[in-house]
Amino acid sequence: MQTDEQIVIARTKAISHSLCGRVTKRLPGTDREFTLDVDFTISPGITILLGASGAGKTTLLDCMAGLAIPDSGRIEVGKRVFFDSDRRINLPVPDRRIGYVFQDLALFPHLTTAGNIAYGLTGLERSGQRHLIDAILESFRISHVRGRKPGEISGGERQRVALARALVIDPCLLLLDEPMAALDARTKSKIIDDLRVWNREHRIPILYVTHSREEVFALGERVILLENGRIIAQGTPHAVMTAPRQETIAQLAGFENIVEAVAIAAHEDRGTMTCRIGGSSVVLETPLVRAEVGSALCIGIRAGDILLATSRPQGLSARNIIPGRVVSLEQRDVIVSVRVDCGVEMEVHLTLAARDALQLQPGSEVWLIVKTHSCHLMTC
Amino acid sequence: MDWQTFWLTMRLAVLVTAVLVMIGIPIAYWIAYSRWRWKFLAEAIVALPIVLPPTVLGFYVLLALGSHSPLGRWWQTVTGHTLAFTFTGLVIGSVIYSLPFAVQPFAASFALVDPKLLAASATLGASKLRTFVQVVLPLSMPGLVTGVALSFAHTMGEFGVVLMVGGNIPGVTRTLSIDIYDQFEAFNFAAANQTALVLLAISFAALCLVYGTNRKLWTLWPWK
Repeated sequence: MQTDEQIVIARTKAISHSLCGRVTKRLPGTDREFTLDVDFTISPGITILLGASGAGKTTLLDCMAGLAIPDSGRIEVGKRVFFDSDRRINLPVPDRRIGYVFQDLALFPHLTTAGNIAYGLTGLERSGQRHLIDAILESFRISHVRGRKPGEISGGERQRVALARALVIDPCLLLLDEPMAALDARTKSKIIDDLRVWNREHRIPILYVTHSREEVFALGERVILLENGRIIAQGTPHAVMTAPRQETIAQLAGFENIVEAVAIAAHEDRGTMTCRIGGSSVVLETPLVRAEVGSALCIGIRAGDILLATSRPQGLSARNIIPGRVVSLEQRDVIVSVRVDCGVEMEVHLTLAARDALQLQPGSEVWLIVKTHSCHLMTC
Repeated sequence: MDWQTFWLTMRLAVLVTAVLVMIGIPIAYWIAYSRWRWKFLAEAIVALPIVLPPTVLGFYVLLALGSHSPLGRWWQTVTGHTLAFTFTGLVIGSVIYSLPFAVQPFAASFALVDPKLLAASATLGASKLRTFVQVVLPLSMPGLVTGVALSFAHTMGEFGVVLMVGGNIPGVTRTLSIDIYDQFEAFNFAAANQTALVLLAISFAALCLVYGTNRKLWTLWPWK
């Protein structure tokens, strides 16, 4: 006879396993046929699955969960085989023991927070169940809403309930389908912190789908970039997002300029930080983030957010005014892409009229003007 | 007011409703979730009693229950008497006649449950049966109430099928609606009026229950 304590301990002693997947699936569409064809390994920790809508992110998650059946391939977590077309194995969804947080959360509207969380806990004694529910309510800070139904709690609380419900069954894999899309950045980062703390103990692979570039840098340890059903890049967020030559990445990132930097001072009272761009003496004032002084960061700046001046401007509110020299100009449709060397190379977008008015040439001396809040900080 | 007839009608309506809940829920489940391409055939058969004249339905039910049909013969060898013109026969006829009034609201409300909830239930380890009992049924309460109320009221007031299948045997197959007809034929207008008022009140109460529970479902019914 096991005591509650033993049950809890036995359940938390998960051995961490990687998720290995090789999946092909054809989806007949009305206007175009879509084929998902991927092969990947995901180790314990948060992996971001990034891609434009229609890239196959949700289909991929559904295949992992068993809600969609691949045409061929193999999916396994550690030694547990979920799917193997060669051996005709297709583990039923209820037997897979995975946590899946859907885009719209899919909380049971007729059950309370505690009822939702208890739903997946079967085959446990009542006291053992209560123990687990209390513990997870506590760690996701939702004890105060345990008796309330999803319709009666806030968006952030609903999000936490959905996470807690998926995690309390001690899954061997967690799938998150754009779960935070509707939340503000503050609530989002708090929830992610709680998820990180939870996973420090459990060490399971977490696949986090998003198309938000900010989230990639904020939470991913690894990124898989999906386009048209295929993986076109994977690695650390920095490596994937700054890798040259890939149009999609620049588009998805939305930041034509991503530079490495070091935080050199934090001004808590003003809500800003001073960062030095790596390998140069250029110093930028940026919004304050929770990063220690001396830590490495990435700063993303959109090419369209940078102003160019031919002489050093006076009496301007923008805090970052950096001297540089035009390297090249290239016209793309109605936009001129100017590359400026200011210690690092930056891309700036101008209109045709602006180029003509400034009479820019390669070699022209210019000033780059960047507002503090145009600098987007990311962890590399 | 003939209380024997009243209680017989009540007993019939309660029994028929109970049978309809038992067989209607599985049929509705199948209609709501099956992806069989010929499903529409089954849907059409279930809906037939809505458009069919009760006499046509009653006629065929009587044939099926009579001693010339396999079912009727089998029943006769088992019980020693025929099904026609018995209370049991009346229950069978009424169940068929009221089937769409239970199945359609049931199926409509099952189909309205967000499929994501069913997927969530499966990932949490629940079987299809457990998902149905713990997620689909509780969320389909308005549809269930509608189906139950409509079956009850519809059975209370039916006339044609009862007359064809049951005949008019006091205490066995005579129901309120037939009683009204008898009273009317005998120029007993006061008694007919009294009984008619009772039926009117019961029907109105049932419909109030339906509309009060969920207006949305009603707009989907019966030809969703």
